[in-house]
Amino acid sequence: MRASAVDRITEYAISAFLWGLRIVVVAVVVIGSFLTLTSGRYGMETWSSLVVSGLTTGSVYALIALGYTMVYGILRMINFAHGEIFMGGAFAGYFVGTMFASIGLLSQGPLVILFAVAVMIVVAAAFSTVLALLVERIAYRPLRNAPRLVPLISAIGASYFLQYTFRGFLGAGIYVYPDVALLGERVPIDFLRLRWVDVLVVISAVAMMTGLYLFVMRTRMGTAIRAVSEDKSTAELMGIDVNRAIVTTFAVGAAMAGAAGVLYALLFDQVFFFTGFVPGIKAFTAAVLGGIGNVPGAMLGGLFLGQVESVGPTLFLDGFNVPSVNQLKDVIAFTLLVLVLVFRPSGILGERVTTQRA
Amino acid sequence: MTGTAAAPAATAPPDAPDAPDAAVEWHRVLRIGLLGGAVALYVCLVGMVEVFQPRALVTGVITLGQTTMVLAGVGAAYVTLLGRAMDRRGAAAAGAFAGAVTGLFPAALVVTMQFVNLRAMFLHASPGTADVLTLGLGVGGAWVPIVALAIVGAATGLLLTARADIQRPATAALVALLLTGLFAGLLRPPLLASSITAGLGRLLFASDGLTVLGAVIVVLAVVGGRIAMRRVRLRSRVAALPPARRRVLTPSAMVALFLLVVWLPHGVGPFFAQVVAVVALYILMGFGLNITLGLAGLLDLGFVAFFAVGAYTVGLLTSTAEYGIALWPFWAAVPFAVLLAMAFGAFFGLPILGIRGDYLAIATLGFGEIIRILAGSDLLKGLLGGPRGIINIPKPIEVPPDHLLAGPIQIYYIGLVFALVVAFVAIRLRDSRLGRAWLAIREDEDVAEALGVNLVQTKLLAYMLGAAFAGLGGALFAGLLGSIFASSFPLFVSINVAALIIVGGMGSIPGVVVGAIFLIGVPELFREFSEYRYLFYGVALIAMMLFRPEGLLPSRIVQRELHVPAPDADGDANGGGVERDARLSPGATG
Repeated sequence: MRASAVDRITEYAISAFLWGLRIVVVAVVVIGSFLTLTSGRYGMETWSSLVVSGLTTGSVYALIALGYTMVYGILRMINFAHGEIFMGGAFAGYFVGTMFASIGLLSQGPLVILFAVAVMIVVAAAFSTVLALLVERIAYRPLRNAPRLVPLISAIGASYFLQYTFRGFLGAGIYVYPDVALLGERVPIDFLRLRWVDVLVVISAVAMMTGLYLFVMRTRMGTAIRAVSEDKSTAELMGIDVNRAIVTTFAVGAAMAGAAGVLYALLFDQVFFFTGFVPGIKAFTAAVLGGIGNVPGAMLGGLFLGQVESVGPTLFLDGFNVPSVNQLKDVIAFTLLVLVLVFRPSGILGERVTTQRA
Repeated sequence: MTGTAAAPAATAPPDAPDAPDAAVEWHRVLRIGLLGGAVALYVCLVGMVEVFQPRALVTGVITLGQTTMVLAGVGAAYVTLLGRAMDRRGAAAAGAFAGAVTGLFPAALVVTMQFVNLRAMFLHASPGTADVLTLGLGVGGAWVPIVALAIVGAATGLLLTARADIQRPATAALVALLLTGLFAGLLRPPLLASSITAGLGRLLFASDGLTVLGAVIVVLAVVGGRIAMRRVRLRSRVAALPPARRRVLTPSAMVALFLLVVWLPHGVGPFFAQVVAVVALYILMGFGLNITLGLAGLLDLGFVAFFAVGAYTVGLLTSTAEYGIALWPFWAAVPFAVLLAMAFGAFFGLPILGIRGDYLAIATLGFGEIIRILAGSDLLKGLLGGPRGIINIPKPIEVPPDHLLAGPIQIYYIGLVFALVVAFVAIRLRDSRLGRAWLAIREDEDVAEALGVNLVQTKLLAYMLGAAFAGLGGALFAGLLGSIFASSFPLFVSINVAALIIVGGMGSIPGVVVGAIFLIGVPELFREFSEYRYLFYGVALIAMMLFRPEGLLPSRIVQRELHVPAPDADGDANGGGVERDARLSPGATG
């Protein structure tokens, strides 16, 4: 087909528009950071605490993002209900934690607390896994070969269903997480505003991600999962139980999300029925950022998004004297999402998973 | 009912061909009973039983709370007998067994609640729920749900195996009873409003539901109506008419429908007028998104952004309060709202032209959130009023408060007129060259491009026209409420619009209307149960995708498409993910 003059002009106009977008974004980031840094309004203390909060929320995002990325890798489907699986984990942890608190376990020494938190995480992971498998069985499995929008819409339905089921069961109120005094204390490093809970979150997230990475890369099941994401029918010909690989993927992703739910709630001290929604979308952003379908990419994407979202508002916008920059945290995160989708859809690490048509 | 929809989904094996011996398969009955019981338990714990209790279906006989349990029993028995040939005794026994097993769960809940305090975890595991389940007998009445549901199940079994001339009127009467009971709160006020019908209103309805006499009248009316219909053989008479005469019926039916639609807000009171006004707005937005999603296949979850742009434009241009900048009359501002929404459509459409499929959904969802947050932020507070919003927006037609067109009624009419205009535009667009290009893109972007469809222009036009309709809806919304706030534009609006299109049937114009009535209108009427609104949505969306992905009133093309055999497992890699077309963004180097 020959391109007419109009077509060519629109093409140039679009390319000019996209370049303009890039220039504006880069200008905002560079000039804003320059202005903020030279204004000297914020000291080391502020920046370090922003970095720490970015690191902690970022590692939670990374944990959730793993579920998105793995499910996408294997089914080419956005599991919209994943945020709700995460919220379910946070609630499961809440009930275990409240029980522990009522028998005085959470005011004991560090080892006991570590044990208690570990139990909370395990129970939450188990609960989330069960939840995710139910959702998969009822809402996704019958639709595996349907046109692409169909499972996505079913997933949106599942997301609503889970949110309002929890609301029906537990009410619309905010549940305050059991207080663990020790975790709220500061780590004795002078220039760093760091609480023990931050250390706990980052370490356990890293540990779980390492475990998952080893699982995917070293075990038979992990190999099967990778094979199925690569090519479902060939994997089946090689004798891989595709259904089992898919179910395992859901289970593993959900376990990570459930654990992340407990960590997130420990960080922010609360959980309610809508808790899962925003972190869910953010984690999806993180997964896209790292390259969807790519396990290390999701981890990296989560950490990166956490930093951008935590440091970004102050660093980029404060220099322009924007009032209450923290309101714009989500704007920055979503802008980042759109920019990545537009300019580097393969993400930081990813290769494009679906460039070839079957 | 939520329960009945989920039950067949969970029982995976498709119904086997009818067993010739027609023996009751007790294992299967047990399994379905257990599922039904799980659903019943869920309904109890999620609080429907307790929350629905104050409303009666038939005053003094059965409450809505009890109805949910009855429906669980009916559902279990129905699924048990679905597609099975059984004699009456077997059907009754199987239904009773399924019902009893279903009732076992609520009964167990009552007993458990006696010994363990479940309320720490389940808000509605309360004495209130137990009272409904046991008819107020306490733990000693734990047998009540079992026996009650066994009877219900047996009755269902008998009904399903009854002769057709008993079964049909009985079923119709029960459904009519259920519906009139449910909508009693809606039907009563208009009857009471007029002195002629007030007596009838008081006869049929009590303040919380149907009266016993009303229930009897409804049943008799339905049964009598059916018998009368059979007597005059209306249907066969119509069919016997020559084709030219037969068509006369349709225009007269249309005139009747038209009169009904015009009369509607006056007849049923101001609350209902507000509801139908909201439905009209959603229909407008639905037509808009129907272009983007239904025709061009671009799932836009940030649709509310354009709605907000339209509303804020009208607000800014017309408000007589603090943030108003122009003091224009409402109608002068509307075209600007539409144009600005279109401009935003283009602005947001441009960067994401190359993004496909479900990624597009997330990117647009991000846009919607960005607009909402910005509108409520301190950054734009000086312009848009931040969380305090823009107030004192004039009504489209200024009338004294007791005028025929006062309040939401005028928005209803205006919305209706615009909906008709927009429907016409939408139909013409669909059948135009552009509309076929959209359909081609929806089917396969690459092939469409190869066949000479200009992807850039076509997609951009889809975004812009969709946005224009949404902007119009937003403008009317501003006029309806008289004040707008950033919180008026949550993500839910976008998902609601997408959901109504999907439930109605993608790409289908009447589908939009049906979807808006079912998903927006009906839940608005049940405001008192609004906490279950989105639960209902979730179930509706999943059930729709599982059982009827083409929607309630599908367009012909979609229906054909979804009923061809699914492609093999590789098919899912098609058109997937973030693909960027090099042609669309030549400057990108990655």
